[in-house]
Amino acid sequence: MKAAVVTFPGSNCDRDLALAFERAGFEVARVWHKDSALPAGTDVVGVPGGFSFGDYLRCGAIAAQSPIAAAVQAHAARGGYVLGICNGFQVLTEMRLLPGALMRNAGLKFACKTVELKVASTASAFTQAYGKNQSIRVPIAHHDGNYTIDADGLKQLQDEDRIALTYVQNPNGSAANIAGVLSQTPPVGGMVPHPERANDPILGGNDGAGLFAGLMGGMALA
Amino acid sequence: MKARVTVMLKAGVLDVQGEAVRHALGTLGFAGVTGVRQGKVIELDLAETDASAAEDAVKTMCEKLLANTVIESYRVEIL
Repeated sequence: MKAAVVTFPGSNCDRDLALAFERAGFEVARVWHKDSALPAGTDVVGVPGGFSFGDYLRCGAIAAQSPIAAAVQAHAARGGYVLGICNGFQVLTEMRLLPGALMRNAGLKFACKTVELKVASTASAFTQAYGKNQSIRVPIAHHDGNYTIDADGLKQLQDEDRIALTYVQNPNGSAANIAGVLSQTPPVGGMVPHPERANDPILGGNDGAGLFAGLMGGMALA
Repeated sequence: MKARVTVMLKAGVLDVQGEAVRHALGTLGFAGVTGVRQGKVIELDLAETDASAAEDAVKTMCEKLLANTVIESYRVEIL
């Protein structure tokens, strides 16, 4: 299985994300935002956290128009997997691969701590390695993680079991405590917390590793 | 030709920054400010000389980049 991790100017955790994919058994390629194509045979694209393009205009808005974005869109349209984390989630909402938008935290403060998440859905490869309603501890680090969606959109997410992860204690005002959502089709997932930073016990825990292991397992079956 | 784009959060989307500004105004003694909505103004210099064509082009720019129509509305003025 091949993973491609995109780097924009201002990305961070891109190397951590690449390492997390590697540890789950993926062959990982690094892709620059000016590249116009993904490596041949890419199975999953990772869009990392950070502050792409300085968060100018809106978080993720400029990155969503970069040359590599068109290749990511085409990959998703073919049914390829895409995982967006934190700023990567913002990029995927700006690309309209995921519904809703991420707004400034309700408390207006940058939220940086380890939080408890509940695995709300195990229906996708992203979370299949966890148990339903399992509690996991994963770091957050964001200023704009307040997931916003209209009432109809929220109902659709709920009805279609597309809310993958929720916060046990809402740190940012997010609608319905949402921490991570899934696309309707093809398989695209976005989450605000950083599973790639919870990938080694000596760095405070490895509860995030199941996400990458689950992706590996789910994609191998597909 | 110049264009001015005003981008605001849609009605019904909670503007947490606007609320913080409203609160600060109250703290400063400005009583009676019942609401604050914060947006952004983007000014464009355009080579286009036809106002109608310029407006169409800027609206397309708004849809594609300048506004996130999931949460924001926009207004275009050709100056």
